[in-house]
Amino acid sequence: MADETLDPMVQFLTPEGHYAPSASAEEFLPYFQRLTEADHRKFYRDMVVIRRFDTEATNLQRQGQLALWVPSHGQEGAQVGSGHAAKAQDHIFPAYREHAIGMIRGIDVVDIIRVLRGLSHGGWDPTNPAYNNFHIYTLVIGSQALHATGYGMGINFDGATNTGNTDTDQAVIVYFGDGATSQGDVSEALVFAASYQTPQVFFVQNNHWAISVPVSTQARVPLYKRGEGFGIPGVQVDGNDVFASYAVTAKQLDDARSGKGPSLIEAHTYRIGAHTSSDDPTKYRTDAELESWIARDPITRMEAFLRNSGAPQSFFDEVHQEAADFASDVRRRTIELPNPEPASMFNHVYSDPHPVMDEQSEWLANYEASFDEQGGGH
Amino acid sequence: MAIENLPLGKAINLGLRQAMLNDPKVILMGEDIGTLGGVFRVTEGLKQEFGADRVLDTPLAESGIVGSAIGLAMRGYRPVVEIQFNGFVYPAFDQITSQLAKLTNRHEGAMQFPVVIRIPYGGHIGAVEHHQESNEAYFLHTAGLRVVSPSNPHDAYWMIQEAIASNDPVIFFEPMSRYWPKADVDTSASNFPLHASRVVRQGNDVTVIGHGAMVSVLLQAAEVAATEGMSLEVIDVRSLSPIDYAPILESVRKTGRCVIAQEAPGNVSLASELAATITEKAFYSLEAPVLRVAGFDTPFPPAKLEAIYLPDSDRVLDAVDRVLSY
Repeated sequence: MADETLDPMVQFLTPEGHYAPSASAEEFLPYFQRLTEADHRKFYRDMVVIRRFDTEATNLQRQGQLALWVPSHGQEGAQVGSGHAAKAQDHIFPAYREHAIGMIRGIDVVDIIRVLRGLSHGGWDPTNPAYNNFHIYTLVIGSQALHATGYGMGINFDGATNTGNTDTDQAVIVYFGDGATSQGDVSEALVFAASYQTPQVFFVQNNHWAISVPVSTQARVPLYKRGEGFGIPGVQVDGNDVFASYAVTAKQLDDARSGKGPSLIEAHTYRIGAHTSSDDPTKYRTDAELESWIARDPITRMEAFLRNSGAPQSFFDEVHQEAADFASDVRRRTIELPNPEPASMFNHVYSDPHPVMDEQSEWLANYEASFDEQGGGH
Repeated sequence: MAIENLPLGKAINLGLRQAMLNDPKVILMGEDIGTLGGVFRVTEGLKQEFGADRVLDTPLAESGIVGSAIGLAMRGYRPVVEIQFNGFVYPAFDQITSQLAKLTNRHEGAMQFPVVIRIPYGGHIGAVEHHQESNEAYFLHTAGLRVVSPSNPHDAYWMIQEAIASNDPVIFFEPMSRYWPKADVDTSASNFPLHASRVVRQGNDVTVIGHGAMVSVLLQAAEVAATEGMSLEVIDVRSLSPIDYAPILESVRKTGRCVIAQEAPGNVSLASELAATITEKAFYSLEAPVLRVAGFDTPFPPAKLEAIYLPDSDRVLDAVDRVLSY
């Protein structure tokens, strides 16, 4: 495993919540300094709400309401920080665990539930302006890295970046995990991004485990150095420090939109929960390791910082009430979700008319109707 | 009418050029397609005419090419990807079958993926391994893709433009051995839609069906058969997915006998699907089992054996004799 003590990470908050920027944090300091107290509280609020959502979704899965759940517990700092760093015009290509970023970009998180309840393969429409270019999840590991890079090539061809207007210049950010860095598609995306100098950030959430396989099996060199051979600079950040995640991502995206090409961020974090609801992490990792990461939890760290900064108990009470209300609303709406109509499986297989879809949907409709004619149900 | 006498490769070149003139969002991507004009020169001159931002000499990575084409399609582009040779498409298999083919469905129609993937395919060129495969079946089996293959320069000129105009992904199989023979191309009008099959020679005794380079073999077989008093009706499938069955079934109902020929291995192939559907839908018209004449279920052999592997007119006529002897 990469020895994090050799190359200091960008960090603003210690695990105890004290403000103590690391040496490598210095160049990102202006991005931290522009945050207001309201921003700090917003970051905390988002982390608490999405963790409560994650707990609720895990419970819904245990109760048979979801086919599967993909927990984000523990990775809220990496996600909330970087999610707020992206500008409205940026395009975000997630993997499948970036629930916090989806929420920040404005999707209805029940649409994530729709995917994992077995109602939809996509869940939401990334072209909906209300969703701020948050693309749909990709389950084949790493495939989305190339889509993001191609999108970035298109931004360049359109002249939609590096014009000097940082309020309209576009960038893309693609998320993937430590396991995905072994996929050929991620390496090919790095090649294409470097060749075409896409306005792009590769954001690696190193949560240390690709299901049961440790990051040391994926990489013998720290992942933030993975881009170097491709000509893509990397920076490592304490992913459980929401400020560090925010500041580094904001700067790298600004660099991307100002013609400096692609870069890579490795955010050190940890998947406190299971890979999915089908996984049993007690089979492959130790309690001691888990506890060491719980001690570096992004939410307790931020809570300590806010309390030291004078946030009153009433603020924390309000956030927790809001999270509880959010979760119960999700629960209610999940259970009310209707099943898709059988004929819908023939929809959108093709964009243009297709005779086989017409023929098979008609056959299915007649077949279903034949049971009604027989006076039975099925 | 504007008639030009062109080889198939040049007809595709002109079709690509016309599509690029018609729509600035059409861009070409592939290995060696720009400065060199492609290993078969199909894209010759286009980078010089349209510039490096519309004719991309990409890095040498098929998954990267198709995956980034998908991202460009999300951005509103209509990429036309060249896979240099048939057997080099497999590194892009996930991006084609799990991503490109399914992304419109996954987006519930919110995004379209008008990407064309050109694949030079088939034998008769004496090449090394991975260069002569007919691997269309992998793509026929995948929902969300359309698959077409022109057999002649006129079709090639129009079908490439129609494929680019399609809002769905299209896999465009180009018969390499037909790149060079010239034929008339009417550049003023397309006479068949992209997904139509076509009777290319009328006959009464046996329906023979094929696509791509096999159509020339079938026409040759029909000539020979005619000298022996047999009348073959030749059908060019043109669209492998979806298949336009109306002309095929009409022909089989007339002749009562059918032979399907292809270079690809016969196992789980286009010919299998055609045979099954013809049997289902024209059963009472059939006087004999539908026969398949295909490549063997082996790897494509070393080039010195390709003439044995590839169905020729003799093997087609052998099958014709068998369906007529029932």
